[in-house]
Formats: sequence, C-alpha cells, structure tokens
Amino acid sequence: MPITSFPEESQAAFLAIISEYPGEKRYIIPIMHHLNKYYHYLPRPALELTAQHTGVPFSQVYSMATFYKAFSLVPRGCHHFKVCDGTTCHIKGSRLITDELQKHLGIKIGETSSDRQFSMETVNCIGACAIAPALLADDKVYPRVTPASVRKIIQEYGGCSHDHS
Amino acid sequence: MTIPEASLSTHRILVCCGTGCLANGAWEVYQALRSSLQGQPASVHPVREAVATGCHGLCARGPFVRILPDDIVYCQVQAGDVAEIVASTLEGGPPIKRLLFRDAQTKQVLTRPEDFPFYRQQHKIVLRNVGEIDPTSLQDYLARGGYRSLEKALLMEPDDIINEVISAGLRGRGGGGFPTGVKWRACAQASGAPRYIICNGDEGDPGAFMDESVMEGDPHSVLEGMIIGARAVNASQGFIYVRDEYARSIICLQKAIEDARHAGFLGDRILNSDFSFDVELVRGGGAFVCGEETALMASIEGSIGEPRDKYRYPTESGLWGQPTLINNVETWANIPYILDKGAAHFASLGTAGSKGTKVFSVVGKAVHTGLVEVPMGSSLRHIIDDIAGGAPWGRQLKAVQIGGPSGGCIPEAMLDLEVDFDSLTGAGAMMGSGGIIVMDDRTCMVEVARYYMEFLAGESCGKCLPCREGIDYMLGILTRLCHGRGTEADLERLQDICTTLQAASLCNLGKTAPNPVLSTVKYFREEYLAHIQEHRCPAGICRDLTTFSIDPDLCNGCTLCLKFCPVDAIEGAAKQVHVIDQTRCIRCGECFEQCRQDAVVIGGR
Repeated sequence: MPITSFPEESQAAFLAIISEYPGEKRYIIPIMHHLNKYYHYLPRPALELTAQHTGVPFSQVYSMATFYKAFSLVPRGCHHFKVCDGTTCHIKGSRLITDELQKHLGIKIGETSSDRQFSMETVNCIGACAIAPALLADDKVYPRVTPASVRKIIQEYGGCSHDHS
Repeated sequence: MTIPEASLSTHRILVCCGTGCLANGAWEVYQALRSSLQGQPASVHPVREAVATGCHGLCARGPFVRILPDDIVYCQVQAGDVAEIVASTLEGGPPIKRLLFRDAQTKQVLTRPEDFPFYRQQHKIVLRNVGEIDPTSLQDYLARGGYRSLEKALLMEPDDIINEVISAGLRGRGGGGFPTGVKWRACAQASGAPRYIICNGDEGDPGAFMDESVMEGDPHSVLEGMIIGARAVNASQGFIYVRDEYARSIICLQKAIEDARHAGFLGDRILNSDFSFDVELVRGGGAFVCGEETALMASIEGSIGEPRDKYRYPTESGLWGQPTLINNVETWANIPYILDKGAAHFASLGTAGSKGTKVFSVVGKAVHTGLVEVPMGSSLRHIIDDIAGGAPWGRQLKAVQIGGPSGGCIPEAMLDLEVDFDSLTGAGAMMGSGGIIVMDDRTCMVEVARYYMEFLAGESCGKCLPCREGIDYMLGILTRLCHGRGTEADLERLQDICTTLQAASLCNLGKTAPNPVLSTVKYFREEYLAHIQEHRCPAGICRDLTTFSIDPDLCNGCTLCLKFCPVDAIEGAAKQVHVIDQTRCIRCGECFEQCRQDAVVIGGR
C-alpha cells in the first residue's frame, strides 16, 4: 500500500502544478514549495519544467533547490520526522532523540527507509523552545520528548495515509 | 469611511493556542469547550464564548485557559477537564485547585494573572493583544482599538509620521538596532518608484520565537504598522517574508491580509483616502541567512539567498533595485502603538539609547520558560530570576546565551547587566533579537560553541571565503576539543580565525560568528582546559570524556534511574545499590537527571 499511494509523477501532473503560477523568476520558490508538498521531494523533470516555465536556466533552478533546506532532492518517506536541533532543544538533549529515532527506524539523518515509509532529518529551531526538546512528526509537534517516548511516538505512525489533496 | 465600532464580549474563555500549548493538546481543549458551550440554554446571559488565542507566554505550563470576567487562569488543562470547568467554574463554583498555577518555589497557589510574578512584572506593548484576542478575527482587533492609528496616519503628513517615529526613539528589533525613523526618512528621501515595504519574518535565531508569537497571535498589528510605514514613505507594495517553518504564522497572516483587504484597510484607496497599498505573503525556503536583509530580498526576487555588499542601502536600492523599507515583525508591531499613544509616552520607557520595551524568549534551563516583555534596560537577573523563576530545582545557573548565533555567552556573575541595544556589546554578546537561553551546570560550554559553529557552518551561504572556510575550520577544532583531542595551541588558533572573520566577512553572519567562541573561551577557559589537559567534560556532556557511575553510599535503591535508562545498562533491585554497566552505557545522562539522591557521579575517562 505505501508506495502505490504516492502520486504519479508525470509530465502532465508536473505542468498542472507549475502552470498555476505566473512564468516569472520570483515564483520559483512557491512552485518548489507546491511540488515538494505534493511529491515529498523535487523530481528532476519537474525542476526542468520549472526552469522552462520561468525562463531561468536550469542550473540556477537546481542551485536554489539545493540551497534552500525546505526542499529535498531525494524522495522523503510517507512520515517525515524532524528532530528540532535549535539551541534549546540541543542543550536539552535532542541528540538522544536523534539516536533513538535512528535506532528504531533503521535509517540515518537525511535518509528515507527503503519502503518509503519513514524519513528523518534534524532541523533548526521550530520555535517550540519553551517545551524543548521537541520532535515534529509530519505536522504534529511533540513536546518534551525523551528517549523512552520516541518509541511510542513512532508506533503512532503506521501505514501511509498522506492526503495529497 | 469610518472604522466600524466593535466590542469584545465580557464573558470569554481564552484558550491559548500558541505553538507550545497546541503541542500539549490545547486544540482538543478548545474544541471540547466549544462543543460544551454550544449546549448553553438561551437563558444564559451574557453568552459564554470560547476563543482560541495566540501565545500567553507561559508556555512551560500550557495548555492555558483564562476565564473572563472572573479572570481565573488554569494551567496544563486537558480536554478531560473541560466538563468540570463548565459545570463548576462557569457556574460560579470555587476555582478547581488542581488546575491552578502552583509556584514551585513559594508553593503558593495563584488564581489571577496579576498575582503571577511572571505576568505582574511585564510591560506589554508588542504583545498587547497577543493572548487577548482571536488572531483570525478582525473584529477582535478592532475592538482593541485596531486600525485607529492608521486612520490617524492617513490624516497626517508623511513627514510628520516619520518625525513621530524618530522622536519615539524606536530602534530595529531584529537585532541591528538601527533607528527606525531615520531609516524611514532615508527611504522617503530616495528617488524612484515603485517603492516597497518588507516585513522581515524570517526569525531564524534558534531559541527566539517572539516574532512567531506576534504573527500568530496579533497579525493585524504587523499589517497596520506596515500600512502606516508605507504611507510615510509612499510605497505601493509590501511583502511579508515568513520563514518556512512557521506554518501557523503563514495561515494567520494570510487570513489577516484577506480580511484587511475586504474591510478596506488594504488595496486601492485605503479608507477612501488617496493612498493605495497592498501586501503579499512570501514563504521562505528554510535558510537562516535569509534573515539578513539583502539575502532576504534576493530570496523574494527568486534567487538563492546570498547577501550582497551594502555600498547602497536597501532604502536607496533594495528589492528589484527600488527604494525599499525593511523592518522586523516586532518593529512593525510597535508602530500602531506609537501613533496611538504618542512618541513621548513611548520614549518615557527604556534607557537613554534604547526606548520602549523588548520581548525576550526565555528558554533552556529555567523554570518558567516562555515569552517575556519588559522595558529596555531591565537586568538579565531580573528577567531570569524574578520573572522566569530561575534555574530549576537543584541546578546551578551557569551562563546565559543571548543574541542567537551572533551573540555570546555571559557568565552568571555578570547577570546584573542591564539589557539594551548597546550594553552587552562590551561583554562580548548582544541583545540581538532577544533569545535568552539559560544554561546550567549540565551544559558544556565547549559543546555549545561547537554547536553554534556547526549551525553556522551549515547556514553560511558560502559566498565569501572567511565565513565559508573560517567557520568550518573552527568547527573542526571545537569538535576535536569535544573529543578530548585538542591542544592549548588550538585556543590561540581559534582567536586568530575569529579576528579574521570579524574583519573580512561580507555580512553580519560571518562578522558575528566568532561571538559564541570568543565569549566562551573568555569566560569559561577552565572548561576548555579541562577538556584539553584532563580529558574531562565537567558538565558530563561530551561522551568521549564522560563516565557516569553510582556512589554506593548515596544510592538508596529507588530504581528511578533503572527505569529511565534507555539501554538497560543499570543493574540493581529495589532498596539495593544500583550499578552502571560501563560497556552498555551510552552516556546519555538520563540517570543523572533522574536521581534525587545526587548519587550519580560524573567522571572523566
């Protein structure tokens, strides 16, 4: 079930998203946000079409995709864990959470599991400093996470049920 | 066209739905309250109303529920408590004790916000509406006097608006501290059209979330400030650049923009005047350097966020080469207040060089972590001890990191310093955007410096060499130190690189990057030396230099550490002395944190 529920990557589907935006350079980031939200990464053909649409060389579009951290060039999992590594979370032990997640998910920071169920990364401050250390699972913030609570949180995220609408 | 009258119902139940409270289940509380109140009999008067508000500031004790007009505050409320609140408190019953705030130090039980040391000692200007209103309701903002300052500004000469901001003495709250009115004047005097207004909502400093709180809790105040600014410099288009991570801020601002447009506060001929202005929301791509104004403008234009040199300021040549006025969220939120109350009133608060208030996020190892707004010039000790409750039980406050990655670490002994734009520079730190991270004896200062270099190495845009190579080189040295493989010569090398970065970096990211290193080397040299000479991490954080063991004389066999050990490395039974198996121990320190007998001892390796 997991993999089949990913949206189909086709030229027409890419264009449907891209052509929602005017063909100007300043819309490259909004287009990338849209693509990234839909596909959980930026497929290369979609970036090529973005370059065509906005009239910007592909090399520049690609450099933006690598520069900004919001975007991924490799497919992310159905469930994406972000361990906050802002200063507060860091001094309150975010490292331990990262270690536990890596252990239980069997992937390293920045990786996606082979069934595309899970992926994880560390992120800069998510602004939840007062309840540090925080873990962001998809869009849900978990406060005061401990190594022991990581396992319970992972169990909440079973099958792939992302809504791509 | 006049602004419609609006008022707030007196019988409201405010549920804090800031990021912290939401993570603890505030939305479920709000929903439960709403559905309970829907069943109110028609005879109930006035009607009780549940309101989802922005951040109340005391995030550590959320979810927060405040019941008006009695003004009872409940902490750590869960959806399961709602039935009792409705049945008892709303019916005039005595406050529910277990939900009341209990001061950990004085053991006092507090009911009203004005009794809380946390609230009583604050002075709210920027946060004046945050937590009081529904941020998605224009009516709520109007009821608090919203858009009256804009109405006033439309009747003033642009020059008079600028003069008012200049005499208020407002300085840029994003960290730079440049006089706001002077910047406005420069933009007004520059030639060229169109002109742009930008709100910098790319709050990137880890540990700072005051801008997030304003954008989520009172978005109209930011908009109103921007419209007034646009009127003063005759700009036609505005942009709010919000960092990617702040999804809720984006939703709240988008709603505010649409409502303001619909009500005639934005768009063509604002409030039937001859002035037109509109605002567009831009979502960032997740890059710290985009908080730097020239990088931010490059990002809006659709390029990678690299800063440029500032031979010409943005006021003269900014977005698309046009005159551009860029201010931070907190700065904009001050503007309506200044026009409403007058420059003299605003300038009566604060210090000689820094007027008004500043919002600080007090986080880390403090009891009442959250947002605090105090007049400029308040001492760090007042903010941390009197308002935020100091370090938690049994812990020793060691240092305070202030100003984000551009700031420095100030030792406990210097906490009497009064904070304003200029006071901390001499101590090797800066107020910056106002993030205060409290550190205790379980924070390793060498590791903190390493952390900041790792952060900045990842965020350096790579355009100029000193920043790109220098930070990376410092990260290498500090990582070695944390592994116990450093030498004393490394400390001198760090100083050398710092001097180069300060002198030769293109933008402030590189110029201020040395601060975390220099300040920790200066004030915590003995901790560096312990890593170098004794291969020991006094805080027990650097794993290669730390062992944890249990003192058999102090252990009472309570099994607490044993339960919390994530790798089952502790052996023992109830009322028997526990032992840590060093081959399995991963040195996470969880046992140390849990032990109430001080029986867990930090040692070197």
